[in-house]
Amino acid sequence: MSVGHTLLGLLESGPRHGYDLKRDYDERFGQDRPLAYGQVYSTLARLLKNGLVEVGSEPGAGPDRKRYAITDAGVTDVAGWLSEPERPEPYLQSTLYTKVVLALLTGRDGADVLDTQRAEHLRLMRDLTRRKTGGDLADQLVCDHALFHLEADLRWLELTAARLDQLAVRVRA
Amino acid sequence: MLDSPLLVADDLALSFGETRALTSASVQVRAGEVLALLGPSGSGKSTLMHCLAGILAPDSGSVTYDGRDVTAMSDVERSALRRTEFGFVFQFGQLVPELTCLENVALPLRMTGARRREAERVATAWLERLEVADVAAKRPGEASGGQGQRVAVARALVTRPRVVFADEPTGALDSLNGERVMELLVAAARDTGAAVVLVTHEARVAAYSDREAVVRDGRVRQVELAR
Repeated sequence: MSVGHTLLGLLESGPRHGYDLKRDYDERFGQDRPLAYGQVYSTLARLLKNGLVEVGSEPGAGPDRKRYAITDAGVTDVAGWLSEPERPEPYLQSTLYTKVVLALLTGRDGADVLDTQRAEHLRLMRDLTRRKTGGDLADQLVCDHALFHLEADLRWLELTAARLDQLAVRVRA
Repeated sequence: MLDSPLLVADDLALSFGETRALTSASVQVRAGEVLALLGPSGSGKSTLMHCLAGILAPDSGSVTYDGRDVTAMSDVERSALRRTEFGFVFQFGQLVPELTCLENVALPLRMTGARRREAERVATAWLERLEVADVAAKRPGEASGGQGQRVAVARALVTRPRVVFADEPTGALDSLNGERVMELLVAAARDTGAAVVLVTHEARVAAYSDREAVVRDGRVRQVELAR
């Protein structure tokens, strides 16, 4: 998952200090793997260098009191990332979940993220189905394995689509 | 051929009492394509299919088939359209239990005036093509679920319709039988040039389509991915 885009998305919902950004990330997405401080600040330094965030220091504050805000280029970057489907692969859910939460948090339509991903999944499922239909038993078994995994992703996606209003209320609370 | 819309639903709305089944639903079916109408239960996908097929009349909006306004047709005209231009496959229950499987497949031809011998000759060829010639003399109740559904596909295609409407055609079948029915349905439709409107809530079934239209809350959402 792209930590840079996730931090940018969080900043789009409001400027934060590095410490608050890490805490927000951990609370929302870091259940299993909280972010290391080093990674937060190195990522922010990269975003700063690329012009995607800007920093406003508070008077008399040390380096930790820098307040980061997203730039217009950063907002465009987040929008581009959210609208790009992910490569269908196992354990995709955590990235998709992050995208849906950030879309809702930044006032976008979470359903667009899910619709784009469904289309990408179905495109791959069509390819596999064609390969299977014209293939031998080995092709069929290999393709079936992939198809069942993709189908599991899509079931999760449909369930999330059905719970989007509920999730929006919670995320925006 | 693939690009010309054969069947067009434009801005359809339909309510059943207080329940809004369709709200501004629009979709196009091109000649010869397999279009999946995908969506959860209660999303309006079957209602949309029934409007496209001229079975239900929308409260507002229009359905156009081959340049003809289906919503303006009389019941008799729509019934003739369904008999001659469309074929139907449902989840179950569409075969006449008192007739043999062969007679079931021959029935649509008989209804359009074909003689019995000719109708049964054509029907036999379709049963062979769907790999169920062995149940020709059996009644539907004596055939397995998978065999019955193949007989239903043969019956839907026997008149060489230009559009086949398939509503959850594998819904009552196990995975293997469901896949075989989809393979045979899509292959037969491609050979005869028929378009297929496939209603399903299963992604694995929708994967047999050329493209999908997702129905949610009575509306159609379509995503065009950059290639």
